[in-house]
Amino acid sequence: MIWSKEETLSRAEMEALQLSRLQETVARVYEKVPYYRAKMDEKGVKPQDIKTLADLAKLPFTTKQDMRDTYPFGLFAVPKDQLVRIHASSGTTGKPTVVGYTRGDLDTWTDCVSRIACMGGATSKDVAQICFGYGMFTGALGLHYGLENIGAAIVPSSTGNSEKQLMYMKDFNTSLLVATPSYALRLAEVARETGIDPKTDLGVKIALVGSELLTDAMREEMHNAWGRDVLITSNYGMSELMGPGVSGECLEHCGMHINEDYFLPEIIDSVTGEVLPAGEKGELVITCIKKEGLPLIRYRTKDVTRLFYEPCACGRTTCRMENLSGRSDDMLKIRGVNVFPGQIEEVVLSVPELGPHYEIIVEREGYTDKLTVRVELVKATDSFAELQRIEQTTRNKLKVVLGLDAKIRLESPNTLQRFEGKAKRIKDLRNQK
Amino acid sequence: MASKQISVFIENRKGRLGEVLDVLKENAVNILSLSIADTSEYGLLRIISDAPQKGQEALSKAGFSAMLTDVVILQVPHTPGALQNILRVISDEELGIEYMYGLSVAGEEASIVVKPSDLEKANAVFEKHQVDTIDL
Ligand SMILES: [Zn+2]
Repeated sequence: MIWSKEETLSRAEMEALQLSRLQETVARVYEKVPYYRAKMDEKGVKPQDIKTLADLAKLPFTTKQDMRDTYPFGLFAVPKDQLVRIHASSGTTGKPTVVGYTRGDLDTWTDCVSRIACMGGATSKDVAQICFGYGMFTGALGLHYGLENIGAAIVPSSTGNSEKQLMYMKDFNTSLLVATPSYALRLAEVARETGIDPKTDLGVKIALVGSELLTDAMREEMHNAWGRDVLITSNYGMSELMGPGVSGECLEHCGMHINEDYFLPEIIDSVTGEVLPAGEKGELVITCIKKEGLPLIRYRTKDVTRLFYEPCACGRTTCRMENLSGRSDDMLKIRGVNVFPGQIEEVVLSVPELGPHYEIIVEREGYTDKLTVRVELVKATDSFAELQRIEQTTRNKLKVVLGLDAKIRLESPNTLQRFEGKAKRIKDLRNQK
Repeated sequence: MASKQISVFIENRKGRLGEVLDVLKENAVNILSLSIADTSEYGLLRIISDAPQKGQEALSKAGFSAMLTDVVILQVPHTPGALQNILRVISDEELGIEYMYGLSVAGEEASIVVKPSDLEKANAVFEKHQVDTIDL
């Protein structure tokens, strides 16, 4: 089912809508947000210079640092009394970033997530268990209101206490699971440990996963754990822009449809800032063209992807972004080679004797980088030859994929840290003494 | 005939062996013999106990990679040359042995644990040469 008529507009209709919303937004921030006015004046661009969508490139970028510099409300375009909700992202470095919503923004957000839920196969008949942390994090509440809006029954179970999660899942016959891919796998693991087979004893038919990369191998692992016929789609968003609901995958599995009547996407070269043509890979930049509280202009997401504008087989015409290949921040440069953790994950998941959890450790030995990958041995063995074969296979596969030699460290199952939110699998120790 | 041995993968890390033994103790599994073979990174712990099934399940539940392996326990009389006789049988019959270790030396006879590559053939050979085996 397609939720909104905006998802099937012709390209010309969509562009006309985007241009009018962009012009309105730019005029408004110029008037209401002194920080943006100063930035635009500095670049010598006025609201009336935005005559076509291509003129977007004339506008200044917004970065996370801008949000920190104006902490907490400096980029807001409405007086504080018009806000009805405030969230903040936990800043791992420095001040958190604060986001606020007017009543109109909450309606927009709900609409965005309703669309994404429908794309993933959700209906009013679903019992949707939300295993995202409720609180200042936008993930849980975003999915909550969107799914409630389409008529699903929400089980706001949040994160933690996996055994209780499974009890609800069984007793309420949960049909739709919202979680990070790694927590969905963790839940399946706990289920099996407690004698529940997720494939036959639970009724989950739909998984909406997000806030973390979903690689093909991880999707395969999810199918192994939860069943072949479970519909697994990933969705994308970030609190700075709104929360979840910026884009989501449809059942054609050919990228994530961007709600581009709200979020105007561009791809840029992350080094030069140059806008790249459609189809090229680069950093995703989003302009919020229908937000009242915090309408960010050309926000640099740091996520690396490409855009496709061809209409999709699912019937939607909205632009699609390729499933993420990683964050420009998460990319590791090891011995001069660009490495995305997702590549290592693909390899780990392809070795049947290993579990899906891993940790990447990068150290400096003398003048060279040393890469170690910690993995869990889930298939027991009594043979050293077998252990060596598993190590060697993993190492060879990594060499093929990365072009780098890595040390494999086999560990017992349940040794590596589990994450209920975004998994932190990289330990870069090169800049530590 | 065969006996069940618990095989456990352990990282070469301080305290790991103790953790395995704690799990077995908590589950009242009595260890009759234990052997560790290791490399610099990890080791395989092989245990003969009075309750292999229970021990393996408890270890798996506690997060260890543990399995049951079929081994043969041979009786070795306390007489000079007894072990050599058994080894000669193994060598003459070209019986593949992956590893072996001692079980007990108390009483009239000693016994050793062997892991044959081919259990069926091993049983036939030991029967033919009248090497006594014990089933636990
Ligand atoms: Zn589609």
